[in-house]
Amino acid sequence: MKLTLKIWRQESANAKGKMVDYQIDGVEGDMSFLEMLDVLNEDLVAKGEEPVEFDHDCREGICGSCSLQINGEPHGPDKLITTCQLHMRSFNDGDTIYIEPFRAKAFPVIKDLIVDRTSFDRIQHAGGYVSVNTSGNTIDANSIPVNKHDADDSFNAATCIGCGACVAACKNASAMLFTSAKVSQYALLPQGQVEATERVQAMVRQMDEEGFGNCSNTGACEIECPKGISLENIARMNREYMAATSKG
Amino acid sequence: MGGLIQSSTARKFAMAISGLFLILFLAQHLTINLTSVISADLFNELSHFMGTNFLVQALLQPVLIFGVVFHFVMGFILEIRNRNARDVGYVKFKGSANSSWMSRNMIYSGLVILAFLALHFYDFWVPELVHKYVQSHPEDPTRYYAETVAKFESPIRTLLYVISFIFLMLHLLHGFASSFQSIGFNNKYSKGLQGFTKAYAVIVPLGFIFIAIFHYINSL
Ligand code: SF4
Ligand code: FES
Repeated sequence: MKLTLKIWRQESANAKGKMVDYQIDGVEGDMSFLEMLDVLNEDLVAKGEEPVEFDHDCREGICGSCSLQINGEPHGPDKLITTCQLHMRSFNDGDTIYIEPFRAKAFPVIKDLIVDRTSFDRIQHAGGYVSVNTSGNTIDANSIPVNKHDADDSFNAATCIGCGACVAACKNASAMLFTSAKVSQYALLPQGQVEATERVQAMVRQMDEEGFGNCSNTGACEIECPKGISLENIARMNREYMAATSKG
Repeated sequence: MGGLIQSSTARKFAMAISGLFLILFLAQHLTINLTSVISADLFNELSHFMGTNFLVQALLQPVLIFGVVFHFVMGFILEIRNRNARDVGYVKFKGSANSSWMSRNMIYSGLVILAFLALHFYDFWVPELVHKYVQSHPEDPTRYYAETVAKFESPIRTLLYVISFIFLMLHLLHGFASSFQSIGFNNKYSKGLQGFTKAYAVIVPLGFIFIAIFHYINSL
């Protein structure tokens, strides 16, 4: 299949970027979206041009590295997948595809389609952990019984791969789905109770400091999240936060 | 309170609480207005009570004004912050793929409601204040019905009211259900509650529209 690609090119963080048009031929339906970009880049390199920079690592939907706003949607038109799992059979011969970086003030562009998502790391560092004594007398986690329902919800929240599609999809560039998933995975477990009060406050504070927007419950994040992280997590974080704040 | 309202989560909570309060007020306002369709005397009686009762005037009215102002000011603050959170916009953004039009355009439906409130205050509140406090007329408990009905003789005003209530409907269709999510209420009852909020969002504005059109047709 033959495609027209409109790709955001930006030389460096401070350079001015613009959309550039590329024609590509010989794209197979079985190629992943990233493989299609590999083909484009081989062409560009052969012509002596700069290849298009984009993030990727595992290419099997588990690391959260690949990003891309494709035709106005994070990870493209299909649901519950990452860009590396998106196949070209989702497009038609002759299509024009817009490829842009995830956009948020807290995700500044590094180059072309690569954005800096370390703001997520800093939110995680602010409280996304449990303190465990690892000096030799660590207690086996399984010795504390956990309600099955809570364990499942916690596990589901923990499947968040930190890709940032929730921020990219949100009209407010809010990081509440990510942050709430990271809060919930601990808030639901007995092991997470010790630091519960400080955790939610610290993570929300960091999220705000990074310059993410305010959630207005459009629900776009939940629809675009490749891992199906539920809005229930945001409601839980709101409860946790108000409870923590009333405790001081 | 100052520190609380500085966080995004607390702002969201406050936005929801003020919204829910205003939604409750709408039901009360509609109930009283509906009596204007049934009986002029009953409408006069209730309006007189609302306009002269000490508790309503000294307590409920200031709380209502605070609620309205707070909801608007906070709405604008959130909108500005949210726009700043994406300094470089997308060339192509397909919001319709993952969210409702209502949810993405609360600021616009809100602005229409604000414009409506300006008209509504000009129509009813300002004359009321002038009547009571500037001209210091003695209280006449029978004046309300005639004053209200007279406003809807104008087809333009009636149309403006109808349009505003359609935007109120759009605002509520997202806002009512959204406030429950914001205060952390998302559980097995949410689906049922959502049905109720959607019905409320449609029925209450329709009620106001019915009253406006009723009085307009009556005046012909
Ligand atoms: S919540 Fe979903 S969309 Fe957001 S970072 Fe986690 S996996 Fe990605
Ligand atoms: S490259 Fe790892 S999730 Fe796509």
